Amino acid sequence: MKKIIANREIDVNEEGYLIDFNQWDREVSECLAGECNIVMTERHWEVVDYIHDKHHKEEPLSIRGIKKSGVLNIKEFYSLFPGGPLKKATLIAGIPKPKSCI
Amino acid sequence: MKNLLILGAGTSGTMMANHMVSKLSKKEWKITIIDQYKTHYYQPGFLFLPFDIYTTSQVKKNGKKFIPKSVNYVQEKIDLIIPEENKVKLENGNVLDYDILIVATGTKIAPDETEGMNGPEWYKSIFDFYTYEGAKALRDKLRDWEGGKLVVHITEMPIKCPVAPLEFAFLADSYFKHKGIRDKVDITFVTPLDGAFTKPKATKALHYLLEEKNIKEVTDFNIERVDYENNKIIDYADTEVEYDLLVTVPTNMGDALLERSGMGDDLNYIPTNKATLQSRDYENIFAIGDATNLPASKAGSVAHFEAEILTENMLRFIKGEALKEEFDGHANCFIETGNGKALLIDFNYTHEPVEGTFPFPGVGPLKLLKESRTNHMGKMAFRWIYWNMLIKGIHIPFVSATMSKKGKHFEEVK
Repeated sequence: MKKIIANREIDVNEEGYLIDFNQWDREVSECLAGECNIVMTERHWEVVDYIHDKHHKEEPLSIRGIKKSGVLNIKEFYSLFPGGPLKKATLIAGIPKPKSCI
Repeated sequence: MKNLLILGAGTSGTMMANHMVSKLSKKEWKITIIDQYKTHYYQPGFLFLPFDIYTTSQVKKNGKKFIPKSVNYVQEKIDLIIPEENKVKLENGNVLDYDILIVATGTKIAPDETEGMNGPEWYKSIFDFYTYEGAKALRDKLRDWEGGKLVVHITEMPIKCPVAPLEFAFLADSYFKHKGIRDKVDITFVTPLDGAFTKPKATKALHYLLEEKNIKEVTDFNIERVDYENNKIIDYADTEVEYDLLVTVPTNMGDALLERSGMGDDLNYIPTNKATLQSRDYENIFAIGDATNLPASKAGSVAHFEAEILTENMLRFIKGEALKEEFDGHANCFIETGNGKALLIDFNYTHEPVEGTFPFPGVGPLKLLKESRTNHMGKMAFRWIYWNMLIKGIHIPFVSATMSKKGKHFEEVK
């Protein structure tokens, strides 16, 4: 389905996650963050960069990965993306959320 | 004489030994398989052992029975892979040379990764069911358990057989109903993901199962520690879940051998090309099954499909031909839903499970993403198929290594 994000038509799935990463940019990110009541800061962008790096290498995202990332610790991750940090951070970063096989 | 060395005689390694022995000339190739353990377990059976549905003898056999006679079967612990020298060192000091190496060392539970898990309450009020020992200890516990709070918990992804914890919760519901104590048992499913079901179509089609069976869901729960003195699990957001009986799936990690050899990622899985199954770092090392870092499910069916494609790629590699980039992440799993019913799902890297029929388009007899007794019979029959066909490398008729889109209800992708 299509959704207007940052005044553009973006392809998203039923849960609002981007389908095509090529449509992602920082402006899209900021709008998605706004919907989660998050205001993006330098620290948020550093986390988004880390998540993109993992995604391109096809390495699974996990809380353990955050612990070992050297970018931030888990407490800060929770404070930057309150609630479900992995599902919110992936939504904002424009990549699929971590999932199981069903 | 050239050497093909296979590390691990589990589902993947045994299948590869059987495939390769029929394909390689015995005059040119010597095939060796190494595994320290004598017993071959039917791992899908570990789900049924705690509920007395399977007996211990139904889930284990002597591994030697499944290794072809012309294959050299070494029962020793592997100490180190030295990829720069094409050598594998065993714990007894012996060194084996290889021309081609297949890593099939699987995945293991790592309860030490979570504080308080592998402590004084391990196998007393905290259990896993991913090992023979854990499943058996849990069976003994459940036989006498009089009820309370049962928490079924996933520590972190990825795990082997991602649906098994959900199947465990469903079977527990049935088990306690039959015992007449379901009203005394409170079942909660705790997951680090955003739901017991995480894909939109599966959630829509299957969420009723949780409601029907009165299984509570706690989502986005990333465990920090087990407080075994006060019977609760605590996550990084300080959410607490109380239990009387904790059935957890600990962190899953690849074999420590890969860490010792400097060949694994963070979780000791070997970086592998997801389409060819060649390791990313060494061209004469291939990996299969749970040992890889592939973004596919860690499941026997995946290993089975990989084995067919890896066999072909090994032959191409030996002939100096380009490898086939064919593996699509195909998985095909029965999911027990309790009360003699099951679901069947069929999916790959890019397509989520959808409704339809399997294996014959429009005919079935198995229905995808729908509960049925036929699917349950399929799951039960699978144990026979596993011991008699699958690990012996016999092709299962009508089931292809790559996923078929026929007879499935995919929406048009715009």
